[in-house]
Formats: sequence, structure tokens, C-alpha cells
Amino acid sequence: MAKLESSFRNMVVVLLVITLVASLSLAAVYNVTKQPIEAARQAKKEKAIKLVLPPFEHLVEEEMQPPTGKDPVVVYTALLADTLVGYAVETYSDNGFGGRIQLMIGFLPDLSIYNTAVLKHAETPGLGDKMDSLKSNFPLQFKKMEAESFPLAVKKDGGGVDAITAATISSRAFLDGVNRAYETLKVKGDKQ
Amino acid sequence: MNRLAYLTRGLLRNNPVFVLLLGMCPTLGVTTSAINGLGMGLATTFVLVTSNVAISLVKNVIPDKVRIPAFIVIIASFVTVVDLVMAGYAPALHEQLGIFIPLIVVNCIVLGRAEAFASKNRVFNSLLDGLGMGLGFAFALTLLGSIREVLGSGAFFGMKFIQGDAILLFVLAPGAFIALGYLIALINKLRKV
Repeated sequence: MAKLESSFRNMVVVLLVITLVASLSLAAVYNVTKQPIEAARQAKKEKAIKLVLPPFEHLVEEEMQPPTGKDPVVVYTALLADTLVGYAVETYSDNGFGGRIQLMIGFLPDLSIYNTAVLKHAETPGLGDKMDSLKSNFPLQFKKMEAESFPLAVKKDGGGVDAITAATISSRAFLDGVNRAYETLKVKGDKQ
Repeated sequence: MNRLAYLTRGLLRNNPVFVLLLGMCPTLGVTTSAINGLGMGLATTFVLVTSNVAISLVKNVIPDKVRIPAFIVIIASFVTVVDLVMAGYAPALHEQLGIFIPLIVVNCIVLGRAEAFASKNRVFNSLLDGLGMGLGFAFALTLLGSIREVLGSGAFFGMKFIQGDAILLFVLAPGAFIALGYLIALINKLRKV
């Protein structure tokens, strides 16, 4: 079969048909994968909440505006038989080495930290990605950290936190996120 | 040239990374560990095979003057399919590869094979060519990823055998250039023997 001639009409028709077919098939794939993607995101979030809090029965979700930073953070209040067992705060920092990082920080009712988890980050593999508890002991030092130690800072900045070797920027960003979560909860506590 | 050669030449003789030096951006960017290299390689293989087949099917109805935009639309569609499917069914890997999945669109190998091979050859041969080139790319990325992971983090496919840190340089960008440079020299030496 001979090649189609490059006339104006042919070019317009062919490109139109190709883009139409492409967008239709993408719409179909999007619809099929929409639910698994949402489910994967939800599962990850739930796993993180379970990790950073003591056992609980149900969660109350609330969006709050932190004192610093432009976007809201999500506060999950965890209850066990109607008594407060803690808060999980989905917080963020824009100071990361590779853009925004998202963290889940669990607090006990006295605002000491119970545990932390990283939801999303784009830090340098092998350096900044050690903020993930699977890859180094850096996040372990936050377990049971008392409310008095806030605001947190790395030792280089006069604080008490050991930064990740060769990843001070990532460590600072992590602390920025943790501090943001703490401040938000503090505002919430003051209001009540 | 017999058909088997279409499949095998991408693996070593015309390896896209070591010999053609195409697709350097993802090669250097994602190969911080062996599993990243393998995942990226297989994703690119899928795009290469499907886009080669699709372009070979429609090659005669695409007017020459608009062939590049037409190819890019076809390639971009398959890349988006990979992106969505990965996000849904392999979220951990999808997170690791991040921005590099959408960037398969601008990988020169994919458009290169579409232009140099699929737009001139039969469907089945284009499929073999895409598969061979893709596997060659995956092989190169996995090899480079393994070397960088062993030297840089003291691990192989995530299994650590050195406690603490190894030669950090190899995890960072300069290590990618150094490791790739030596690999290309080695492969070229081997090819001549």
C-alpha cells in the first residue's frame, strides 16, 4: 500500500484521528486504574496511621491550617472506647532536597511523639531517603520524644536531633514537617 | 538479515546504552539500585514493543510531514498507560521511579526505533526489534544499577552485605557517569574481541 500523500487535508485528518483514538483509550485505562490507584493511596495512609499510633478503634478526620505554611494539614484524632489515645498528623515540608516531603506523625495526648512515618519524598537515594525507618535509625530517635523538646532542631542548629550523615537539608526538612504538626496540634489544643 | 538477528542485536552488538548511547537521561538518573534499573528497563521495554507495533501498523496512513507528532502522540499514550497501571498495581515501584516514568516519552530510544525501524518495517519484525532493544536497555540499566548499588550502598537487589555506608559517591550523580564510562569502555573492548 502506498504511503498517504502529505496534503493539508490528509495531515489534519490523520492527526485528528490519532489524537482522538489516543485520548479515548487513555480515558478507558484511567477509568480502569482509578480505583486501584485510590485504594493503594488509601492503604498506604492507613498503614502509616496504624504505625504511628497506639491501638485505636476509630478515627476522626479534620483538616486544619497550620500556623506556618500555606497548605492545610490533616489531623486524625484516634479514639479507643471514646477515650483519646492520640493524634496522627499528616504533615508536609517544602524544604526537602527533592521537593515536598509528606510525613505522618503520631502524637500521644500529652503531645509527645509516639512514632513517625514517611508518606512521600523525593530525597536523594542513599542519603536523604534514610529518613525512612526502613533504611536507617534516624527516625527512631523521635520515638517517645517529649513535648518539651519542641521546636526540634538538628545539633548543627543548636538542637538535640542527630541529623542524617551528609543529608542535613533532608533532616531539617523532616524536622520542619514534625514541628508543623506539633504547632498545629498546639493551636488545636489551645482552642478547646 | 534473519529474524533472530532483529531480536539479538539490541542486546549487545547494538545495545542502546553501551553502543548507541541513547537514553542517557534515565540511564544515569534511575540506576541508583538494581531493582530501579530493572523496573525502568522493563517499563521502557513495554513502551518500545507496543509503540513499535502500533507505529508499524499505521505507518502507511501517516503522511510523512506529520510523522513525528503522530509518533509522539502514540508513544505518549503508551507511556501514560504504563504510568497509570504501575501507580495502581505496583505503587512501591512507581514511587521509586517517580518522574522518570512520564519521561520515557522523551527517551530517544523509543522515538529513535520508531523513526529508524518501525516506520519502515513489517509489524512482526518491529515487535522483535522493540523487544530486543528494550531488553538490551533493561540489561544495561540493571547492570549499571547493580554496580552502583554494590559500590554505593553495599547491597545487591536490596540485600545489604556491608553494614553502614559504602562509597557514597556511586549513589550520587558523579558515580553514575564514572560507572557508565568504565562500563562503556569495557563493553567496547569485549565487542572487538
